Amino acid sequence: MFGRLSWSAIPFDQPIVMGTCATVGFVLFAILVVTTVKGWWPYLWREWITSVDHKRIGVMYMILGLVMLVRGFSDAIMMRAQQALAAGHAQGYLPPEHYDQIFSAHGTIMIFFVAMPFVVGLMNFAVPLQLGVRDVAFPKLNSVSFWITAAGVLLVNLSLFLGEFACTGWLAYPPLSELAYSPGVGVDYYLWSLQLSGLGTLLSGINLTTTILKLRAPGMGYRRMPVFCWTALASNLLIVAAFPVLTATFAMLLLDRYCGFHFFTNDLGGNPMMYINLIWIWGHPEVYILAIPVFGVFSEVVATFSGKPLFGYRSMVLATMAICVLSFVVWLHHFFTMGAGANVNAFFGVATMLIAIPTGVKVFNWLFTLYGGRVQYTVPIYWTIGFMVTFVIGGMTGVLQAIPPADFVLHNSLFLVAHFHNVVIGAVVFGVMAGMTYWFPKAFGFRLNEPLGKAVFWCWFVGFYLAFMPLYALGLMGATRRMQHYPNTHWQPLMLVALAGAVVILAGIALTVTQIVVSIRQRHANRDRTGDPWNARTLEWSMPSPPPAWNFAQLPNVQSTDAFWQMKEEGRLGRALSSAFVDLHLPRNSPVGIFLAFFAVILGFALIWRIYWLAGVGLLGAVAVALLEFWKTDLEMRIPAQDVAAFERAQATPALPAPNHDPETVHQIADDRESVRVASGGRA
Amino acid sequence: MPQMDDKRTEGSVASRRPLGQLVGIVGCLVSSLVLASCRQGVLDPRGPVGKAERVMLFDATAIMLAVIIPVIILTLVFAWWFRAGNRRAIYRPNWEYSGRIELIVWSIPALVIVFLGGMAWIASHELDPPRPLQSSTLPVEIEVVALDWRWLFIYPQEHIATVNHLMVPTGVPIHFRLTSTSVMNSFFIPQLGSQIYTMPGMTTQLYLQADQAGTYTGFSAQFSGPGFADMQFTVVADSREKFQDWLAEVHEQGGALDSSKFAELVRPSRAAEELTYGSVPQDPFAAVADGRLVTRWSPEEAL
Repeated sequence: MFGRLSWSAIPFDQPIVMGTCATVGFVLFAILVVTTVKGWWPYLWREWITSVDHKRIGVMYMILGLVMLVRGFSDAIMMRAQQALAAGHAQGYLPPEHYDQIFSAHGTIMIFFVAMPFVVGLMNFAVPLQLGVRDVAFPKLNSVSFWITAAGVLLVNLSLFLGEFACTGWLAYPPLSELAYSPGVGVDYYLWSLQLSGLGTLLSGINLTTTILKLRAPGMGYRRMPVFCWTALASNLLIVAAFPVLTATFAMLLLDRYCGFHFFTNDLGGNPMMYINLIWIWGHPEVYILAIPVFGVFSEVVATFSGKPLFGYRSMVLATMAICVLSFVVWLHHFFTMGAGANVNAFFGVATMLIAIPTGVKVFNWLFTLYGGRVQYTVPIYWTIGFMVTFVIGGMTGVLQAIPPADFVLHNSLFLVAHFHNVVIGAVVFGVMAGMTYWFPKAFGFRLNEPLGKAVFWCWFVGFYLAFMPLYALGLMGATRRMQHYPNTHWQPLMLVALAGAVVILAGIALTVTQIVVSIRQRHANRDRTGDPWNARTLEWSMPSPPPAWNFAQLPNVQSTDAFWQMKEEGRLGRALSSAFVDLHLPRNSPVGIFLAFFAVILGFALIWRIYWLAGVGLLGAVAVALLEFWKTDLEMRIPAQDVAAFERAQATPALPAPNHDPETVHQIADDRESVRVASGGRA
Repeated sequence: MPQMDDKRTEGSVASRRPLGQLVGIVGCLVSSLVLASCRQGVLDPRGPVGKAERVMLFDATAIMLAVIIPVIILTLVFAWWFRAGNRRAIYRPNWEYSGRIELIVWSIPALVIVFLGGMAWIASHELDPPRPLQSSTLPVEIEVVALDWRWLFIYPQEHIATVNHLMVPTGVPIHFRLTSTSVMNSFFIPQLGSQIYTMPGMTTQLYLQADQAGTYTGFSAQFSGPGFADMQFTVVADSREKFQDWLAEVHEQGGALDSSKFAELVRPSRAAEELTYGSVPQDPFAAVADGRLVTRWSPEEAL
């Protein structure tokens, strides 16, 4: 009846897990109670949960990433604490079976459920705005992608309280992840939650690729696309090409585990090496799926706050696309030590190094964007400069490991761990923080608190160096990764420094939460009434903050790369007369995403615990929801031209006096301003 | 007047002090990191393979630092000099292209990579793990079987075997042939150089050599399950005479690695004891490497 599920699945004997369980349960319960008592459900349902607006979905991705960052970081600090203690004969406070789950969960969560939602969220929010369009190509699919990813998140968190997570490392190499060596439900949790989130990511990738290729404002040819859109295009092309490989690889491992196939087993013709190749054919492009969009964020930030256009736009685009293509021919550098032979190793080593060329060009171009600028020290520029300094170090240690004989002594060591944290924190986290601070006023209409933002930066920056420079040294001293304890007591002092670094990063995360709370409380003081708080260059800043559901009442006419900057230069800021507005048709809200996710969770959960009748319920439910959706005909809502006009008119008066004014006067002021603007922009 | 001067000096010293302290702390940290990493690890090699790999590490790092340090300095200098408040800095609000600079920024990384790529290509061939080392003496053959979670070393020429204890003669190449009975592991002795995976049903090869007598640490560098952290072994390198003595001693101590003993060994165990076997009636290596002998774990055994 209940498959493998029984009361013993709940780890009553583990106080750490039960304590976490109680805390999370309490917090969730409190949130539910508050939401219900305050009567927020209808608002949440209408404006967020069923929303198909790319901006709302982008924000929800960011929230998902932030929540999971806390989860992933809890794992990180537990690992650092364990390794700080477990030297010599000491065993620390975590037994291997618990420690092994923690490092597997940490890697899985940080990549799939923190970095991916962050990056996808930024792209979702900013790309359509920068392209000058009203939404992504498939708005409802966008909502489905988000909720399917959220379903994966729910499953992976469920593994904490019900059963176990994989004890295999974040890529679940067979044969260790095969039934013969991992008979529990841990690997199944891993596989099904990633199958779901992988599906969400693939759908999102198709959506954004289509959007960028097919929907752009009039006049926006490829050579006028903002660099962030180019990087988003590269990243989403990689998603479309690489994620099916991941899905297929996991499908084969699932067949091994559930149906007795032998793709990757030790016996009957299976070959684990095949899995390792396949997973890295996805895995290395994945690195660039995360890194390329944040390169785009830095490009936007450095140009905006230097008060000049990005240096070498064409080089930047060329470099981005070069990285995009090259990322598919380097996967073998993750296992030079498999013994593939000198020619194979040398080929992949050199191919890997080639990526350093376009990446190096990017760094130089950011450098020359600063040159001759008027650099404003806002929070995003702190992150950018912190990134430029940190990232080149990570790049160097990366190229070092691309030399096969050097990798023979560095592979799987803490040096490697330090390297990829150097690039993932130094580029992806820093970039996401920069992007979040940069676009926050656009999303919510007020800026984030500046001093707290700088404090967050310093915590991450100092914390990163404290936590990971010792790991570089430890790697050279021969410390390998994933050790629950180690005999060499000489390593302990450096492990303690690394723990201190993790504590500093913890302070950074706590300050981020503080910053968001404080900023919301101070929102009236930090209000952005102009829509362009940073004096920026691209189209998203040409509209009010937050933008209306339709983004652009009239699609802009793009004539250069920095389209909005040019409009400002030429004084073409006037909004059109109300008679020029037309009725807009927007896609209706749809609950299909959350309904599909609901059944997907049931399906995944049932398959993990092998409750096959329930899996049938989940599958049928999902199919039924999808079919019902296909038969719907009333898919769009009309926004009358006068409503659009009214909104645009209200926004045209940024410094509107207090609301107790006579409505007649307000209209008068608005009309006056509008006529002035239109008159001045009349030439265009 | 002198009083004023004094005050000024005091003030400037006080304002510099935190910076000086910071530099001091960072300096101490960096130097202790460097010193610490020179002990026992891959920067303290005791054989030709490890030494050649250390040269690669140092050369490549030095080449890249020659670019990276200027980039870091330029980043900080540009960011500081072109700050919004500095009216002495030129402002070029429309400057976005310079063919000359573009050429340079593509050339610098390209030249570095051409150079490093050449180095990597040559070194990949010279230091390929299965490539025999140049030596006037014949290599010592050792078969390595990764067990859960122990290491079995078989000396096929001498018909002896050990567990978690590897004795090698100095100045003689060692030819390792490696496999695994269950999951993947990676055989690694940092002070001797290259690591290589051990995989079930497959054989990998590795040549290493110890030039100096000493005791080194070896371990698995590929996570392999709950006993992974205990999968350590001792490597003792000593003169050829001492090595012969040791072989004779192991022979005398007796104990045969027969099929029943081997069946015991393949069972998952976290016991980190060192064992020796004076004779190996049937070498199990071929059976393991051919995939005829594969072990599974039951959940109770694994934990």
